[in-house]
Amino acid sequence: MARQAFELDELISRDYPHGFFTTLEVDSAPRGLSEDVIRLISSKKGEPEFMLEWRLRAFRHWLTMTEPQWATVRHPPIDYQDIVYYSAPRSKKGPKSLAEVDPELLRTYEKLGVPLQERELLAGVAVDAVFDSVSVATTFKARLAEQGIIFCSFSEAVQQHPELVQAYLGSVVPYTDNFFATLNSAVFTDGSFCYIPPGVRCPMELSTYFRINAMNTGQFERTLIIADRGAYVSYLEGCTAPMRDENQLHAAVVELIALEGAQIKYATVQNWYPGDREGRGGIYNFVTKRGDCRGDNSKISWTQVETGSAITWKYPSVILRGDNAVGEFHSVALTNHYQQADTGTKMIHLGRNTRSTILSKGISAGHGSNAYRGLVKVAKSATGARNYTQCDSLLLGDRCAAHTFPYIEVKNPTARVEHEASTSRIGEDQLFYCQSRGLTAEDAVSLIVSGFCKEVFKELPMEFAVEAQKLLGVSLEGSIG
Amino acid sequence: MTAPHPLLEIAGLHVTVDDKPILRGIDLAVRAGEVHAIMGPNGSGKSTLAHVLAGREGYAVTAGTIEYMGRNLLELAPEARAREGIFLAFQYPVEIPGVANIYLLKAGLNAVRKHRGEAELDAMDFLALVRSRLQLMEMDESLLYRAVNEGFSGGEKKRNEILQMAVLEPRLAILDETDSGLDIDALQVVARGVNTLRSAERAIILVTHYQRLLDHIRPDRVHVLAHGRIALSGGAELALELEERGYGWVEDEARTGREEAHR
Repeated sequence: MARQAFELDELISRDYPHGFFTTLEVDSAPRGLSEDVIRLISSKKGEPEFMLEWRLRAFRHWLTMTEPQWATVRHPPIDYQDIVYYSAPRSKKGPKSLAEVDPELLRTYEKLGVPLQERELLAGVAVDAVFDSVSVATTFKARLAEQGIIFCSFSEAVQQHPELVQAYLGSVVPYTDNFFATLNSAVFTDGSFCYIPPGVRCPMELSTYFRINAMNTGQFERTLIIADRGAYVSYLEGCTAPMRDENQLHAAVVELIALEGAQIKYATVQNWYPGDREGRGGIYNFVTKRGDCRGDNSKISWTQVETGSAITWKYPSVILRGDNAVGEFHSVALTNHYQQADTGTKMIHLGRNTRSTILSKGISAGHGSNAYRGLVKVAKSATGARNYTQCDSLLLGDRCAAHTFPYIEVKNPTARVEHEASTSRIGEDQLFYCQSRGLTAEDAVSLIVSGFCKEVFKELPMEFAVEAQKLLGVSLEGSIG
Repeated sequence: MTAPHPLLEIAGLHVTVDDKPILRGIDLAVRAGEVHAIMGPNGSGKSTLAHVLAGREGYAVTAGTIEYMGRNLLELAPEARAREGIFLAFQYPVEIPGVANIYLLKAGLNAVRKHRGEAELDAMDFLALVRSRLQLMEMDESLLYRAVNEGFSGGEKKRNEILQMAVLEPRLAILDETDSGLDIDALQVVARGVNTLRSAERAIILVTHYQRLLDHIRPDRVHVLAHGRIALSGGAELALELEERGYGWVEDEARTGREEAHR
């Protein structure tokens, strides 16, 4: 047993493979937050008046709020006045093509294994790359435009399609929603925007790669995706970050709107810097993600693979407003070293015959702590609503923790809500079995963990599933004996 | 048999589990081409011996040596032993949820091949190999795509062990009570698998409680383990004698022998 614990340590304590740092010239706002900084952000981005007003309303509301304390995470207090709220790679005009993109930036993507050109040519994926806060490259736009699909940076959407932004921004996550979402509403600098017109099936997976790079720069992305009547879109979000010492705050907001008969699939692979083996550094990831099945027969599914960040605080949720709407949440969350994850979902059933499925897989290793927190709420109006929830936890070693907090609130007697939960440990017998077939302990762990996560991985698009599996392997590298 | 060195040579092996002595001085030499049966009553240390050979944790070797192909086996990690050609068919194969049986097979085979400096098999060649072995084991191909041992019947689990053995083609195969809990049909299938693998380069150790497996696999040597020692060794006919007389007399002799040694 002692030897096993020792090897576990050894396996878990590999360094973050994506730790490198790019030197780019940065155009930054002064540290701290005030109405002036918000005005600066808004004017830097040449925003229309309604945006500035919205930001200021959010900021004034934020001043009345306090940071939430209910999550099962611990961290030193965040000094919100010590954060730089705006930084953009210096460029005179936006690049028109990849040839105009800072070569240093392209090299960073290459190191991460995300060569844009290759993606563009081979994978058929349109990439809207967010580097720090400004989008620097958008591809495949022309092909998407032929079908009336809008896929661009949020800033661009504000300029080109203000009527859509004004109609939908904050309609799922209002600026008053929660401390971090409100902060985001005040200071967000960029993100992605996507609109699929009625009846259009988006012909490719849409993808954004986020990357945090500038020193002490909070990241406040805003993503807004609208699938109009009968439309379909699959969206992929993935990210890694370079190694650094100071904690970085990340508070993104993602809003999804599915109108009648529309379907949105949103997949995330998150691999931000988790901190070193003592738990120093690492990203604080406080994200608000919510989808609104606004129309009848609409469907939203979230799939996430969370392996990075020092702290993850994230509950991708679905409001099932339309009749027969379907919400899904598939999650793999892995914590190692001193990582903490408090993640889960909310399924809010309002419409009749609405259905939701929650499948959560938590993996804890090292001193990692993993909490599933979920709410299934069936309103009086939701006759015939159904939910199925399954939460499984897998423990590696004897110093990690797994928690499950399922909340169920049912106000309609016809509802059917099921919850299943399990906690297991990677058995010494499973490891030995694999080893006696020639696999190293490391490969054996990776094999057993990927088996544990299989039901979630199969919800990911093929190339993402492969990436996710690799990521789990890397995150647990050398993780048991 | 003219091989200068045995494939496996165990000398004076003492093993404790939680400080409790289980094996108290095992001497055993197994040459390539031989099939040895290790028999004995429950608690005599048969399974302990099998697990120690495969490198399982929790067994402390307090004295003695194990040489395998002229090397100190005890220095090797379990996966290194597997790659060097040692295979243990488990008495109780574990379930690994979500991992396709074929995936583990392929990972294992490629690990072994890589170690031998051979190229990894591509999907087509691998499937062809596995299919030929499946036929031998009279196993349905669908078993390949089910999770490792999950929901397998007792017989399916044991056959799956032999399938893995047939795919990995070990130098030294140790079957830990593979016959227990098998009906006669399954027993014959397992025996056929083992007999097919018999060859001049390969040695097989059958750990078994009962003689009936030996009706189908004729061993070169039979050893009876009692109180952590090999109390008696003989040819295939010894198994028949045990079947007739039970283990009691061997145990008695072993006890007497021990008392004599103490005197």
